[in-house]
Amino acid sequence: MQSVIRIILQRLALGLLTLFVVSIVIFTAVNMLPGDFAEAILGQGATPEAVASIRRDLGLDQPPITRYFQWLGGALQGDLGNSFAQANFASFAGADTGVSTTVAQQIAPRFENTMFLAAVTAFIAVPVSLTLGILAALFRNSVFDRATNVTTLTSISSPEFFLAYVLILFLAVLNPVLPSLSNIFDGMSFGERLEKTLLPALTLTLVVTAHMMRMTRAAIINLLASPYIEMARLKGMSPMRVIVKHALPNALAPIINVIALNLAYLITGVVVVEVVFVYPGIGQLFVDSVKIRDIPVVQACCLIFAAAYILLNLLADILSILSNPRLRHPK
Amino acid sequence: MTRISRRGLLKTGAAAGVLAASGLPLRAQQRGGTLRLGLAGANTSDSWDSRTHSDSFMIMAGHGAVFDCLTQVAASGELVGELAESWEASADAVTWTFKLRPGVTFHNGKPFGADDVLESLNMHTAEGAKSAAKPIVENIAEMTKVSDSEVQFTLKAGNADFPFLLSDYHLCMFPAGQIEEAIAQGIGTGLYKVESFDPGVRVLLSRVDSHYKDGEAGWFDSVEMIAINDASARMNALMTGQVDAVNRVDFKTEPLMRANPMINIFEVTGNQHFTFPMLTNVDPFTDLKVRQALKHAVNRQELVDKILLGHGAVANDNPIGPANQYFADDLEMNDYDPDKAASLLREAGLDGLSIDLSAANAAFPGAVDAAQLYQASAKAAGININVVQEPDDGYWSNVWLKKPWCACYWSGRATEDWMFSTAYEAGVPWNDTGWENARFQELLLTARAELDSDKRREQYREMQMLVSKEGGTVIPMYANFVDAHSTKLTNSGTIGNVFQMDSSRLIERWWFA
Repeated sequence: MQSVIRIILQRLALGLLTLFVVSIVIFTAVNMLPGDFAEAILGQGATPEAVASIRRDLGLDQPPITRYFQWLGGALQGDLGNSFAQANFASFAGADTGVSTTVAQQIAPRFENTMFLAAVTAFIAVPVSLTLGILAALFRNSVFDRATNVTTLTSISSPEFFLAYVLILFLAVLNPVLPSLSNIFDGMSFGERLEKTLLPALTLTLVVTAHMMRMTRAAIINLLASPYIEMARLKGMSPMRVIVKHALPNALAPIINVIALNLAYLITGVVVVEVVFVYPGIGQLFVDSVKIRDIPVVQACCLIFAAAYILLNLLADILSILSNPRLRHPK
Repeated sequence: MTRISRRGLLKTGAAAGVLAASGLPLRAQQRGGTLRLGLAGANTSDSWDSRTHSDSFMIMAGHGAVFDCLTQVAASGELVGELAESWEASADAVTWTFKLRPGVTFHNGKPFGADDVLESLNMHTAEGAKSAAKPIVENIAEMTKVSDSEVQFTLKAGNADFPFLLSDYHLCMFPAGQIEEAIAQGIGTGLYKVESFDPGVRVLLSRVDSHYKDGEAGWFDSVEMIAINDASARMNALMTGQVDAVNRVDFKTEPLMRANPMINIFEVTGNQHFTFPMLTNVDPFTDLKVRQALKHAVNRQELVDKILLGHGAVANDNPIGPANQYFADDLEMNDYDPDKAASLLREAGLDGLSIDLSAANAAFPGAVDAAQLYQASAKAAGININVVQEPDDGYWSNVWLKKPWCACYWSGRATEDWMFSTAYEAGVPWNDTGWENARFQELLLTARAELDSDKRREQYREMQMLVSKEGGTVIPMYANFVDAHSTKLTNSGTIGNVFQMDSSRLIERWWFA
C-alpha cells in the first residue's frame, strides 16, 4: 500500500509542475494571438484613446512577464483574479456597481453544469460500452460483433456537431420527444435538468462509446488465447462466465485507462456539443473568453482542463495497480 | 404604409417602407402567455448598465422591456413620448423643455421625476464613464429642473433632432440616488421587471401590475429570453417550438424555415449598411474621378443577390437609409457601368488602375467574398483590384482607418445628423474616408439647428447627394434585419425598422394570437 501512496504523491507533484508549464504555454499562446482584450471588446469603436484607457485600467500596458507573475502570485494564493470583462464593466460605470465577479465565481456554476453533463454521459456511456464490448468479444466475428463495430466506428468518425444535428433531427424535430435546447438554469428540478441534458449526453455517448467498447473487446480477446482461459473452458464453464469471471478482471487495467481518458474528454472536449445545444457549461465560457482575449478566464479554464486530465489519469493508474496484484506487490 | 414584396423591392431598387412578410390580418390584442425568445448577441459580460449596451440581447431586455427613455420611435417611424409627455424648443433649437409623464413609478416603487432625468443623463458624462451616448449628452450645456415634472435643457449648439436623440437605447432612465442598485438588479420604469438575470445565458421578466402603457403595449404576462449565439441552434429552437421568436435568421437555412407553415419570417430594410471606405487623402483616391470610377465599377445588385442572398437592398453610396426621416431615395443612381468607369479613369489621366482592397469577414459577414465580386466586376472597367485578406482579429484597430481601401459596416443612426457627424463630418475620429467638403460642412451645421422640416429635407437631400457623388465611401447595399417568429405570435402589421426584432420592441408590441 505504501508504494501506492508514494506513487500518488509523486504523480501529484508532477501534476503541479505540468499545471505550471500549461499556464506558461497558455499565457504565451493567448498573448501571441493578434489583438488583445481592449481591441476585441471595442471592435469598431477601438479608438487609440479608448484602447489605451482600457489597457491602463486592466494593467494590460505592463510587460507580459510582469503580468504573468502577478497572475501566478494570485493563483498560488487561490485567487484566480477578476475576469477582464467584469473588471471592464466596473470601470465603464466609473465606479464599482457591485456586479463584478471573480473568475472563480464566474466559472463555478458553469463547471458544475459541465460536470453534470459529464456525469450523465458517463452514466450512460460506460455501462453501454462495457456491455457492448463484452458481448462483442463473446460473439466475436458474428453479425452482432460487426454491426456493433461498424456503428460505433461510424459515430466516432463523424464530427460531433453532425451527430448532434442527426440526433436533433430524429429526436427533436421528426419525433419531438426531447428538447433540442439544453438551457438549464438554477432552480430547475433534477428531472427537468436531466431531460434537457439528455440529447447532449446521448451525442457525447456516441462519440466516446467506440473507443471504450473496442478497447474492452480487444483486451478480452487478447486474453482468450491464454492457457488459464483454456483451462477454464476445459472445466466446462459457459463462455459468458469465462469472459466475465476470468478474462475481464485481468483486462481491467487497459479498460480503466481508456475510460479515464474518455471521462477527461467529457470535461474538456465538450465545447462543440455545448455550443450546439446551448448548454451553459465551461466550454462555452471558454470559447467566449478566448474570443475576447479574457486571459484570466482562459487561464483558469485551461488549468481546470489540465487538472481534470492529470487527476483522471492518476486515478486510472491507481485503479489499474489495485486491480493487478502483481503491480500491488512489486518485487 | 404600402406593402411591397421582397422581390418587388429588389426589382425596383426602392428601399423605402417596412416589409412585413407575415401578412397577418389585424387582430385585437390580448393579454397572456409567456413569450420565449431565442436571441443572438448575448455576452457573459452583460449587465443592466445601459451605457454598455451594444448588442441585440441587452438592447431588447433593457431599452425594449425593463427601462424606458424619454422618447421613443414608434413602429411607424414617428417620434412619440415615452417618459416625456411633450416637449417644445426655442426658435434656434438651443433650449428644450420636456414635460414628464406624471404618476410613473420605478419597479421598486420610487416615483419618477425630474431628478431621475438629470442623474440618468449625467451618468454618461461621469468621470471615466465610456458611454457610447456621451456625444449626445456632452452637447447639453445645462440641465435644469423646472419642477418635478419639467426639465429644461440648454444645448451648446442648436439641434433640431434633440428629442430624437433622447430615444437612443443607451439613454434609459434610472432612479436617482439608487443608480448602482438599479444597475445591479435592473430597476427601471418599463413594462417588465426582472425576475432573474444570468449574464450571457438567460433573462426572466414578468409584467408589472399596472403601467402607463396599459392598453397600448405589454401583452405577455412573462418573458423568457434565452441566449443562443449559435445560428443553427437558434433556428432549431424555433423549428422545434422551444422558443416563439428568434433574431438574425441564418440566410442559408432561411428557405427551409420559409417552407415551415408554423413559422413566419419577417424582415425589414433599415439603416444597416455595408461599406468600402477609401482614404481620400491617399493617392489615387485623392482624385474624385477615381472615386467615381470605382463607384461605377461595382455590381450592386449582384452583391445583394449573392452576399445577402436577397435579404437587402441596393444602396447608392448613401449612408442614410430607409429608416431615416429624410432619406432621399430618388438620387441619380451610381449604376454598374464599366464603360463609364473606364472613361472616368481616362479623364483622370489614368490608363487602367491597380489597387489593393483590404477585407476580412470581421467587417461584415461575407466581406471577403464581396471584395472578390467587386474585383471581378471592376475588371471589365480596366480596374485591377487586388483583394488582401486581413485577419479578423484586430481588424478594427489595424485595418479600418489605416489601410487606404477596406471593408466596413455601419448599423446606421436614427437621425441624418447623427450619422453624418459620426462618420462624414470633417475631422471626427470615425470619418473613415478623411473626406472634407466645404458645402457639406456648411449644410451640416445649418440643417442641425433647422426646425422647419421642409427646409431640412432639402438640406439633407443635398448632403446625401454630395456624399453619394463625391464622397469616399462605396456603399453598395443595405442589409435587412431578418428575424422569424412562430405563427402563434402576432403583431399590428407595422414593424419598426430602426433595429432588428421590431426595433427591439417585440416584447412590448406583440401578443399571442
